[in-house]
Amino acid sequence: MSTPLLELRNVTKIFGGKTDYTVALDDMTLVLDEYFPKIIAVVGESGSGKTTTGMLLLGFYGPTIGQALFRGCPIPELKGADLFQFRREVQAVFQDPFAVYNPFYKVDNLLSIPIKNFKLAHSKAEARELMEDSLERVGLRPEETLGRYPHQLSGGQRQRIAVARALLLKPKFLITDEPVSMVDASLRSTILKSIRAMNQEFGIPILYITHDLTTAYHISDYIIILYRGSVMEAGNVDSIIRDPNHPYTKLLVSSIPWPDPDLQWGGAEEMIQKSQVAFKAITGCKFAPRCPYRMDICDTKVPQLFRPQDNRVVACYLYRDNEVLSREELSSVFAEA
Amino acid sequence: MQRGQGFRGFLNYIRRNPAFGGGLVLLLLLLLFSTVTTIFIPREGAYPLAVMPRQAPSAEYPFGTDSVGRDLLPTLIYGTQMTLSIGMIAGVIGLGVGTVLGFMTGYFGGLFDTIVKFLVDVLMTIPSFLLLIIIASSVPNPEEMGVVRMGLILSIVAWVQPTRAIRAQVMSMRERAFVMMAKLSGMSGMEIIIKELMPNLMPYLAISLAGAVNGGVLGSLGLQTLGIGNLREPSLGMTIYWLRYYNAFLQGYWWWIVEPVTVIAAIFIAFLLLSIGLDEFANPRTRRTV
Amino acid sequence: MSEPVLQVKNLRVYYYVEAGAVKAVDDVSFDLDFGVKMGLVGESGSGKSTMALALMRMIKPPGKIESGQMILDGVDLVGLTEEKMRQTRLRKLAMIPQGAMNALNPVMRIDKQLVDGMLDHSVIMSKEERKARVAELLEMVDLAPKVAMMYPHELSGGMQQRVTVAQSISMEPDVIIADEPTSALDVVIQRQVMETINRLQQKLGLSIILIGHDMGLMAQTVDRLAVMYAGKMMEIGETHSMFRSPLHPYTQLLIESLPVLENKGVFSGIPGITPSLLNPPEGCVFHTRCPKAWDLCREKIPEFAEVQSGRWIACHLHTA
Repeated sequence: MSTPLLELRNVTKIFGGKTDYTVALDDMTLVLDEYFPKIIAVVGESGSGKTTTGMLLLGFYGPTIGQALFRGCPIPELKGADLFQFRREVQAVFQDPFAVYNPFYKVDNLLSIPIKNFKLAHSKAEARELMEDSLERVGLRPEETLGRYPHQLSGGQRQRIAVARALLLKPKFLITDEPVSMVDASLRSTILKSIRAMNQEFGIPILYITHDLTTAYHISDYIIILYRGSVMEAGNVDSIIRDPNHPYTKLLVSSIPWPDPDLQWGGAEEMIQKSQVAFKAITGCKFAPRCPYRMDICDTKVPQLFRPQDNRVVACYLYRDNEVLSREELSSVFAEA
Repeated sequence: MQRGQGFRGFLNYIRRNPAFGGGLVLLLLLLLFSTVTTIFIPREGAYPLAVMPRQAPSAEYPFGTDSVGRDLLPTLIYGTQMTLSIGMIAGVIGLGVGTVLGFMTGYFGGLFDTIVKFLVDVLMTIPSFLLLIIIASSVPNPEEMGVVRMGLILSIVAWVQPTRAIRAQVMSMRERAFVMMAKLSGMSGMEIIIKELMPNLMPYLAISLAGAVNGGVLGSLGLQTLGIGNLREPSLGMTIYWLRYYNAFLQGYWWWIVEPVTVIAAIFIAFLLLSIGLDEFANPRTRRTV
Repeated sequence: MSEPVLQVKNLRVYYYVEAGAVKAVDDVSFDLDFGVKMGLVGESGSGKSTMALALMRMIKPPGKIESGQMILDGVDLVGLTEEKMRQTRLRKLAMIPQGAMNALNPVMRIDKQLVDGMLDHSVIMSKEERKARVAELLEMVDLAPKVAMMYPHELSGGMQQRVTVAQSISMEPDVIIADEPTSALDVVIQRQVMETINRLQQKLGLSIILIGHDMGLMAQTVDRLAVMYAGKMMEIGETHSMFRSPLHPYTQLLIESLPVLENKGVFSGIPGITPSLLNPPEGCVFHTRCPKAWDLCREKIPEFAEVQSGRWIACHLHTA
């Protein structure tokens, strides 16, 4: 088995000082291989740790405990040629279509700089061709977009250019953090289509980070559900959304506002909280304080990953009569099977 | 930041930002006053025993003369030139050092940042004017100090404020998404500082420059009024020193007082307006968006 | 049928910039009946947010209400003096803003913020009456009584939003305008807040205009749906029938592009980009992207008319 492209090994990330801290990620292990061209969705609400996962894999900060690795090397320690290769092979599309542009430069910059740095073209003409080609692939007309400043284009156009950039680079791995949440509904499909194309046509594995279960369902093959830094459920996306096991997943799925007046918001209404729950040192299952199925053991010991089927795991004692999968092997549930 | 079309866009902007326009015009007038006029008016008149002393303004001496026979017109012209030059030297050096330190510490942090931050905090607590007096009077032959030397002395304290301001701006900017993108595109730290951050901070750099030059002018005036500096040269501060020395108030030589004070006030008003104008440019609160 | 509580007639709101007039809301008309929840849906640039501001008479220069009427309970809001409009706000017409964090005063306690508006409207209450009212309001939005003593930053996003809901109902207005009240919230909290709003609406018999871009949310909550595009009203109808049989091509495309459980992997959007509001296209503003556009669409602006009972549409296919 060759070294995986990206890896999080027992990573815990804590923000804040000695007294007022937040555990963004709690003992998370994830193995991402460049030869496994699937789309994995990382879903959770704010505070779940999903963005932290992305940031760690992109090397924008390092783990507090554990390691974030690129081809076996700890990312914060990468230097020189290795760092360069890391940047070349791991790319991202972020949420805010305006913030990723430097308002001082034309939007061409977003595409031309990586072409230049990574030597993707040998002449200005070739570079121009590459840029135009990638823009057309995402449904934009180069004459209408190149040469403009960010404020002269719409949010949808800007985000499509960001996707075009990823297409152009054909990275070994793409991390997308809420790529369509700030884009109009009519444009979301177009952008998601382009992202999906990158995966299907070019075999690029993608991590799709979002709070929107709907788009996650539509674009991904596998899903990881996070809550307050811990994995609640993971595995095949069809199976999990149609038939959620974990009480939290059930709550999420039943809260999806399906655009169908006949599919009303289902049950689980009793989970309205009248009080704030302390975020600090919770022993046991993180969801226990809100869970209608709470048992004694849930408060004392963190549930392991139980495997009711080959292609999914759930961290909930309701399923304890199943085979256990160690946290370190979470990624095996994303196998081709 | 919006980009208008060249010169017309610039004029348009001046119309919308009268403070900036006003400051610019005033500064331009002062520069013209202190440079163009030198073609016609020689420097000799600005020294003692050049002309008849104690003359009120007249056709022959439009600005009058002082107690020791200086023609006040060339005195003010060359004095303004000197004072502005000193301010510029101090300002440019202060900004230059402030930019380098501000960007390096703001972006990279680390031990270097800790050291510089400590230095800045210390210098901010020490009254800078006191420090300047001590340094300026300790150098050999302070009475023969030239414009350059005075500027250099003032730059010792002029770099502090720009460093603080720029560092703060850089620290907030480095978390922005376009910086993350730049990193993902393989740009190095220095490249990011120069190509991504600096252009966006131009307004702040300009504000810092205006502040530093203004500070330099103020500092030099302060020192000269106390008699620290070149006693022979007709700098504005020295003119004030001499008018006090010769009791211009009691003697009733009003022109000797009004003229330098007016010019000094004009300099400060010009920089004040420029700061207000640049501030609007950097923080467009009133920009209407649709 | 009794008179609608709110009637908007041919409203135009323009923003004057150097390059000309941006027609943010261009000749929009609709009625809102008593006790009805109406959703106003549109994408960015559709004019829905401008509509909310216009109703509250909070359009600031360089924007202005160019022409039209907004009749609330028989009174035209457009013509009111500033003082009379101030009296109308909160008492008859209230707003639940987007982003409660920015709407609440960070240095004022919740109980004070809840009664502040009422006191401003010269409602005289003794200290006990005030306390009782605060407790009542908090209970109505499912917040614990102790929240009264807290400050906004001590509350979660969802709780803050519920405080703004409580503020809006404090004087039991006739109409509440909810401007994307849950856009900053997670899906679970969103549902809780929306259900709170629903419950209140039923209990107090209010009319609500819910503004947003999330069709899913609309399907779950509103009785009637109004679709806006590029400053114009495209279609209005009863929610159920709008989703089952949308008539306007834009509404059709919008609904088709929505992801549902059944159509996994199917991605369809609306090609093209929204037109400039500074120079909108001639004729029907949607014709540049409409798959069913024909010559008349390029030349003449379609009339906004009732084509079926309760269904209004601006499309030549149905009104020509």
